[in-house]
Amino acid sequence: MPDSTSVAAVDPHAASAHLAHQFEDAEQQYETASLGMWLFIVQEIMFFGGLFTAYAVYRSMYPNAFAQVSRNLDVVFGTTNTLVLIGSSLTMALAVRAARFGTRRQLVTYLLWTMLFGTVFLGIKGMEYHHKWVEGFVPGPGFHYTGAGAEHAQLFFSLYFAMTGLHALHMVVGIVLLAILAVMGARGRFGPAYSTPVEMAGLYWHFVDVIWIFLFPMLYLLGRH
Amino acid sequence: MTHRETSTRTYLSVFVALASLTTLTVAVAYVNLGEHWNNIVALSISITKTALVALFFMHLRDSKRLTWLIVGGGVFWLVVLLGFTLSDVATRGWLAL
Repeated sequence: MPDSTSVAAVDPHAASAHLAHQFEDAEQQYETASLGMWLFIVQEIMFFGGLFTAYAVYRSMYPNAFAQVSRNLDVVFGTTNTLVLIGSSLTMALAVRAARFGTRRQLVTYLLWTMLFGTVFLGIKGMEYHHKWVEGFVPGPGFHYTGAGAEHAQLFFSLYFAMTGLHALHMVVGIVLLAILAVMGARGRFGPAYSTPVEMAGLYWHFVDVIWIFLFPMLYLLGRH
Repeated sequence: MTHRETSTRTYLSVFVALASLTTLTVAVAYVNLGEHWNNIVALSISITKTALVALFFMHLRDSKRLTWLIVGGGVFWLVVLLGFTLSDVATRGWLAL
């Protein structure tokens, strides 16, 4: 029977409070969390993929009506929001870096910047939604469109609200997650030994950015020329 | 843990690249390249931006093969979803049934 003190000396579980007993070491635990998060992201790709497919099908069926009606979206708002979201991905990446190094102040600052950018994005999105409401572009009994193919225009805006709405919902979830992480970070919960929650939230945040990277040209730009 | 650390400078370069590609995609959208080419260019720029975000911000370039396999699987099934559906829509009416 081995000496209990020497076992404790080589047992990574004794060295780390974060290591769950089912994992061999911190590396394996991290890889498991990372893989799980990527699996979640892949199913999210399929989730949004259904909407992207619906959009592609209807756009291919009614190309002229879709191109025409899409010009009612505001490219300045769309472009600004794209840049805001890219900025938030930068601060998120820097937050993960700060978490790995255990620089508490930097971590919290970058998380707050990311949340701020996310909130600005949602604010601009809210303004756009308000404009569309006033202009009568919200599908339903109040839908008002004078151009040709009003039915197809309504279809475009149904897809627009479904896709951007689902995306905005993901942003709200992301901001809540970052708020929790900012509190945990301020309490010094993350450092070189353990930064997994920040990293996983980072993967989620970047994924939401990627969805917008496709939504923006599809909805705002394709019918401009 | 064995992470290769990405420098702040690299992150900033990726950000500048993403912002430039955003400007490019907006500018190109106003040039008439013909319906298909406008779509192809916009889609290519989005895929490039996604690759930058995934490789650098999401650290895919430092990830294990198993992660690459998962991502590859996701992309594969997305292509199946889009490809099969659109090939159906595009070929309707080919056979006068």
